[in-house]
Amino acid sequence: MAWADICAFEDLVENSGICALLNGQQVAVFLLELQGEPQIYAVGNYDPIGGANVLSRGIVGSVGEQIVVASPLYKQHFSLTTGQCLEQPDVVIPVYRVKLQQGRVWLNVGQQNQQASAA
Amino acid sequence: MQQTKQILVIGNGMVGHHFVDQLRAKDPLAQITVLCGEAQLAYDRVHLSGYFSGTSAEQLALTTEEAYQAANIQYRLNCWVEQINREQQLVVTRQGGQFYYDELVLATGSYAFVPPIPGNDQPHCLVYRTLQDLDAIAQSAALSKVGVVIGGGLLGLEAANALKQLGLQTHVVEFAPQLMAVQLDQAGGQMLSQKITELGVQVHAGKATQAIVAGAECRYQLQFADGESLETDLVLFSAGIRPYDQLARSCGLAVGERGGIVVNDRCQTSDPHIYAIGECALWQQKIFGLVAPGYQMARVVVSQLTGGGLSFSGADMSTKLKLLGVEVGSIGDAHARTPGALSYVFTDPRAQVYKKMVVSKDGKRLLGAVLVGDTSNYDSLLQYALNDMLLPKQPEQLILPATTGVPLAALTLPDSATICSCHNVAKGDIVAAMDGGCCDLAGIKSCTKASTGCGGCTALLKSVVDDELKSRGVEVKNHLCEHFAYSRQELLHLVQVGGIKTFADLLSRHGQGLGCDICKPTVASILASSWNDYVLKKPHVGLQDTNDTFLANMQKDGSYSVVPRIAGGEITAEKLLVIGQVALDFNLYTKITGGQRIDLFGARLEQLPAIWQRLVDAGFETGHAYGKSLRTVKSCVGSTWCRYGVQDSVGQAIAIENRYKGLRAPHKIKMAVSGCTRECAEAQSKDIGIIATENGWNLYVCGNGGMRPRHADLFATDLDTETLIRYIDRILMLYIRTADRLQRTSVWMEKLDGGLEYLRKVIIDDELGIAAELENQMAALVHTYACEWKATLQDPQALKRFRQFVNSPDADENIVFVEERSQIRPATAEEKHQWLQQIPITQLSGAELPVNALAEEK
Repeated sequence: MAWADICAFEDLVENSGICALLNGQQVAVFLLELQGEPQIYAVGNYDPIGGANVLSRGIVGSVGEQIVVASPLYKQHFSLTTGQCLEQPDVVIPVYRVKLQQGRVWLNVGQQNQQASAA
Repeated sequence: MQQTKQILVIGNGMVGHHFVDQLRAKDPLAQITVLCGEAQLAYDRVHLSGYFSGTSAEQLALTTEEAYQAANIQYRLNCWVEQINREQQLVVTRQGGQFYYDELVLATGSYAFVPPIPGNDQPHCLVYRTLQDLDAIAQSAALSKVGVVIGGGLLGLEAANALKQLGLQTHVVEFAPQLMAVQLDQAGGQMLSQKITELGVQVHAGKATQAIVAGAECRYQLQFADGESLETDLVLFSAGIRPYDQLARSCGLAVGERGGIVVNDRCQTSDPHIYAIGECALWQQKIFGLVAPGYQMARVVVSQLTGGGLSFSGADMSTKLKLLGVEVGSIGDAHARTPGALSYVFTDPRAQVYKKMVVSKDGKRLLGAVLVGDTSNYDSLLQYALNDMLLPKQPEQLILPATTGVPLAALTLPDSATICSCHNVAKGDIVAAMDGGCCDLAGIKSCTKASTGCGGCTALLKSVVDDELKSRGVEVKNHLCEHFAYSRQELLHLVQVGGIKTFADLLSRHGQGLGCDICKPTVASILASSWNDYVLKKPHVGLQDTNDTFLANMQKDGSYSVVPRIAGGEITAEKLLVIGQVALDFNLYTKITGGQRIDLFGARLEQLPAIWQRLVDAGFETGHAYGKSLRTVKSCVGSTWCRYGVQDSVGQAIAIENRYKGLRAPHKIKMAVSGCTRECAEAQSKDIGIIATENGWNLYVCGNGGMRPRHADLFATDLDTETLIRYIDRILMLYIRTADRLQRTSVWMEKLDGGLEYLRKVIIDDELGIAAELENQMAALVHTYACEWKATLQDPQALKRFRQFVNSPDADENIVFVEERSQIRPATAEEKHQWLQQIPITQLSGAELPVNALAEEK
């Protein structure tokens, strides 16, 4: 699967999200700091429950061991690693692979979790 | 990829809706079409009589058309199916519409049975079944004084309740010698009869109605077989239900002798591609006229269609309800028909309570029960019966009134015990939800759906949750969330005492994990209340709710609304023109708010800076409509213009609004100033209300409008302006320091130990000696105020956040507007679908328009 150059690392906002367009799909990209290490996550920007492209504007954090983003519309939590909605486990959003290369953020064009219910 | 099947559902009652809901949850791709005979989608028939005591049709609704559209469920209302063509797998509607199916689900329900009594077809002879029926009953009742319900079963008594609520002199006529003959034994039925009679409903049992003829005193006269008669203006039939099975009959499906579409354990009819669920289905010669078994059938069919193996194995018909205010419960073998069954009976003739327990021959298992007048034992008895639990050595304890001394041992239910039968939630599911982090009732309800059907299990659910919490050694705490074991007040104290300036610092010193959408905004608000830093300063950015991050209010489609501050509701003509011109240029929807200002809707994220540049240039400031902070100070026109005004309320409102604008608090704060006691500004519904007097100002505190209205309390009278401001400073600061997250002032004061009196002592008498400190803190906040939009427009880093895509100038194509009443509104899901498919609709205004407007701006 192909990789796409999305933006500079500096374009990310620490402990928050931005939105990128990847092959016509909206992708929410989050930068977190875990034990002092920057960690980047990418999931679909579309909130299938609220029906709007807003997840990049949600608050990131943790619920138990899970790293999540809370939808700004109705506050459901989506796992940033599996795409699954914690409150409605049958709802799954796409998860994308991310890599950091020479200060640039790259997204893999293919979804990592094929079972995503909303694309 | 499996090919998606076309699933057609006929009927959208409670069961039909439950099926659709469950199927969509299991299979997001299924093609679902619903043909609904009524004028609206599914509503709650169980609580139908509430319609006459103030529950609106909207409140009874189980879903909305918007929800169906959002879930991509096709539906037709007022759509009667005339014919099923099984060969072509096609149904034809009365209007001539044709719908093909791969799988057909009949959820046609039932209709009220009208006994073949001569004269039963007169205008004021009605049935009690649908919302339309209720409207007809209400109309008829308005022209009637006396009403009779024919049928003394469960539904009949519900109907009698409805007539009573409509103010009619109410009678119930029952053919059997007792009321509720299916569920209650004779003694129970008699007790019920007695209680209902005392409540003003006359019961006529053992009466066979032979004819309905013209009356002498009233509109009609019922003539009974024993020669007696009864005069009435209105007749309501509630003599049982009959399955709607005509469709099935006419297409050759197997039906029962006495009606009902025959189904097997998979709820399949004699045609394997046609299923029947709910009250139209006949399973092992039985029709199930309750909602829980219908839901169970719905889940069985969902399972069959999604590759699962669930099957229907009958259902428990136990019921607990309140009829005309009388508690009635019936469990299992209420009539003790099981061979060898033993009955324990307890009667309290004074309190009019009757309880019967039917146990097995060996006394070890509970088979059934009847409860009239007191159903407090119902939940535990039902659990014994359903789970086949071993009864205590002296089972009579279960129905005897609790005597002083030894209370019954806490009921320890097995994990398999069903708590909520509407949504099939077992105790194990609830425990699992609690393991998963849900630890309050609301969370467990939303996560397991328990107690969100008929609501009958609410008390049981609460006791299960409480017991479980207790067994885990959990005391009920006011900890903010899993990341901080402190209340909001304790956190504020930690922040202020420790001089903590960032969330990261607070988390590393006093918390754990990464934080979440509860603690982050709370801490952001605490930091703002304490230090008043620019909220979008780098370390604070990720803490804010989206509304605070983008300084605007997110709407349902992801677009934002913009509210400039119009202090006191006073605005110049020039500024009005600016707002109008901005709205025109950016194609925004405008609406006047309740707080005397103007809301501009439909702004895209990337348009916000350009919109605000225009507004700031014209002298506007942010209105903080997005923040947990002061919203508006509403005012009447006051003594300047008004013949009655005694003080300048507008001037005072503007001064106060400018003093407290931007103040971050645990929740939003609203204020108002009225220029005389006529109170045109409605100050007594505000957190802070000020009413002018001849001698100064009266201060009202802790009022609330909205969802939980509370009249404000008069706090102090005839204050001069300086004292007034000093008191408000102190009250607001105390509120900010001590309230819980999202606690409005009204609840805050009610929870203050000592309430209003205590508040007076702290604020007026300075009993705690903190008044000067509170004033100083407020002075610092007032002094450091800056308009957040002005600051944002000067910060290129912050402005970078206002773009839809980091790597593209495109706009979000999911934001689509259509025109309504000469303004834009968000397109519905269906309209968007058409837009994305590029099916031309003339009135659509898509992504281009606002983007162009933005480009011109640059």
